[in-house]
Amino acid sequence: MIKPVYTAALPVMENFVIQKNRIENNVGENTKRVCIVTGTHGDELEGQYVCARLAKLLNEEKDKFSGTVDIYPALNPLGIDSVTRGFPMFDLDMNRIFPGSPTGSLAEAAAHNIVRDIEGADICIDIHSSNIYLREIPQVRVSEQTADGLLQYALMLNTDFVWIHAAATVLESTLAHALNLRGVKTLVVEMGVGMRITEGYCTQLVDGILNLLYKLGMWSGRLRLTRSPIVSKDRNVSFVNSDAAGVFIPHAAHGDYVGANDCIGTIIDPLTGNIAETVVAPCEGFVFTLREYPVVFGGSLLARILEYKKDA
Amino acid sequence: MLKETIYSIKSPYRQSMDITAYTFGGGEPSCCIVGALRGNEIQQMAICAQLVNTLKRLEENGCLVDGKRIMIIPCANYYSMNIGKRFWTMDNTDINRMFPGYDQGETTQRIADGLFKSICDYKYGVQMASFYLEGEFLPHIKMMDTGSGKQETYESLTDFGLPYGIIRTPIPYDTATLNYNWQVWGCHAFSMFAAYTDHIGRQSTQTAVNSVLRFLIAKGIIKWTLHPGSHTRIIKEESMCNMQTTFAGILKKHAKAGEDVNEGDLLCEISHPLEGHTLGRIVSPINGTVFFAYNKQLVMEHTDVFKIVPSVEVGATGAAAGGARRVQLWMDV
Repeated sequence: MIKPVYTAALPVMENFVIQKNRIENNVGENTKRVCIVTGTHGDELEGQYVCARLAKLLNEEKDKFSGTVDIYPALNPLGIDSVTRGFPMFDLDMNRIFPGSPTGSLAEAAAHNIVRDIEGADICIDIHSSNIYLREIPQVRVSEQTADGLLQYALMLNTDFVWIHAAATVLESTLAHALNLRGVKTLVVEMGVGMRITEGYCTQLVDGILNLLYKLGMWSGRLRLTRSPIVSKDRNVSFVNSDAAGVFIPHAAHGDYVGANDCIGTIIDPLTGNIAETVVAPCEGFVFTLREYPVVFGGSLLARILEYKKDA
Repeated sequence: MLKETIYSIKSPYRQSMDITAYTFGGGEPSCCIVGALRGNEIQQMAICAQLVNTLKRLEENGCLVDGKRIMIIPCANYYSMNIGKRFWTMDNTDINRMFPGYDQGETTQRIADGLFKSICDYKYGVQMASFYLEGEFLPHIKMMDTGSGKQETYESLTDFGLPYGIIRTPIPYDTATLNYNWQVWGCHAFSMFAAYTDHIGRQSTQTAVNSVLRFLIAKGIIKWTLHPGSHTRIIKEESMCNMQTTFAGILKKHAKAGEDVNEGDLLCEISHPLEGHTLGRIVSPINGTVFFAYNKQLVMEHTDVFKIVPSVEVGATGAAAGGARRVQLWMDV
C-alpha cells in the first residue's frame, strides 16, 4: 500500500511528497517491522533497484512473508528527480539535518516527519551509493558507539565488508544516528557509484535483506548467500589521496588485492602527456574504494585499501 | 603591509588558486579577519577589501599599536566565485564545514587545514559569514556558545557597535565551521553578518568595515577615533520570533528588515501563482523589529519569511528561560 510520509506545498501548483510502500502480511503483536530507506542524496541510485526488486519479490511471494516491510525509495524526491545530490532550493546535504524540526524549513520538517514515520521499527537499512567520484564494494558502515548492538545484523546483509568507523560529532546529524538514538537499529549500506545502477551489487544486497528477514522470522522463501564479510576497524583502512592535479588513470581494478608499493594508478597531465604522479598502494590489501571520476585536484580521494595483515 | 600566499592549490585546467593574506603590524597575532569561504560571498570579500585598503592607510599613518599583528584574508575560494558557484567547484563541498581541516584529506579539507594553520593562533577572529536563506538581515555579530566559558567573548560582542549581538547554541552541524573551531582552539571568535551575500550594499559594507575598526580600537590593536556605533542588544538566537509560511505561492512583502512593527501589522501576503487571489496573510504576533526578511518572490510551505526581534527587553537570560519562540499566525481570507 502506497502511503504519504510527508507533503508540503511548493510555490506553483505542486506538492512535495515523500512516499513509502508498506508491504505486510500476517501482522500480529509479535511480528517485526523493517524499513528500507534510500534516496537521501539525489545522485545515489543503487538503492532504487534494491527497492524495486524487493517490493516485487515480497508482493509476488507474500505467502512466504510475515510482518511489515516499509520501503522508502526517495527521501529526497526533488533531488533524485533533478539529478541533484543535495536538497534543491536549499543547497544542503539532507543527511546533515536529522532529526529535523517540525517548525523548521521544509527540508527540516521533512526530516522530522521521516524520523517520526520510521520510529518504532525494529530495523532500518539506509542504502547509499557513494557519489559520482568513487566506486564502493558493498559494505555496511557502523560507528564504534553502535557496533555492539548492530554488528550481528550487519553480518546478515551479504556484503563484502563491515567497516566499524570512529564517531564524529558532525555525523550526529545523520538519519542513522537519529534512528539509532530512538531505538531503531539502523545500518548504513554503501555500494556502487553515484548516478549508476550496478545490478550485481543490488541483487547481492536484496539477498542479504532476505537473509535478515529470515533471521528475524519474517521470510521463509529462497535464500542465496554469497558473501562472508570482512569486519574491520578504522586502523585497518588506508586512504590514498592525490597530491597532484590532473587526470587519474587507474591501474588496479576495483576489488583487487594489491601489494605494498604496487602502482594502483597514474595522474597524467593532458597538456604535456607527462605523468604528474605515480600512485602507489601504502600497504598490502583489498581495494574496496576506487576513484571513478577521472579529473582530480590535490587531495582528491583515489582509493581506500583494507589492510591485509593487521588484525581487525 | 605584507602580502603573501598562505595556501595554494593546483587545478588540472586552471591557474593555481593562491589564498592571499594581508598582514599589518607585527608582534603577537592579535586579530584575524576572514572573508569569503563560499563563491557567492561577494559582500564578505568586499568588506575585507575595504578593510585592507583602510588598514594600509592607517599603518602608513602610524595608527597601528606596536606589537600587534592583524591578518586579513578577503577570499579563500575564488575558484568557485569565478564560476558563480556557492560551494567547491569539483564536489560541491563547503569549506566552512571542513574545519579544522586535514592536510592528508580531501581537497576542501586541505584548504581548510592550510587556512586554519595560518589563523588558529590569533587572539581574536572575525569571520564575514553568510546565511543559507536568501534575504536581507540587519547587520549583526554572532558568537557560538561552545560552553568553553569565555566571558570575554560575550562581553566583546558589544565592542563592534552593531545593534544586535546574537548568541547561537551550536548543533552538531556547526562543529566543523571556522567559528566553532576557532573557539575550540582558544580564539575569541565572532561571525559578522552584513546585510547581503551576493550583492554589495554600499551602506551595509561601510557599517561592517566600521564595526571591525571599532572592535580593533576597543581591543587596543589600532589607535584611531571612530564614532561609537550603536548600543548592542545581546539576544539568544532562539528568542527571535520566526514567521513561517503555511501557504505557498507568490510573496508580496509589506515590511522590510529594520522596520519596527506592532502586533497585528501586516507583514506579507501570499497569492495564488496562476489565479492571483490572496491565499493568506502573515501579521506580526508581537511588537518588535524585523531582523530578517526573505527576498525571493516564490515561497514554499515552511519558509521562514521574517525573523522578528521582540521589543520587550528579554535579554540573554530571559530568552533562555523563555525557550524557543516560533509563531505561525495567519488571517485566512
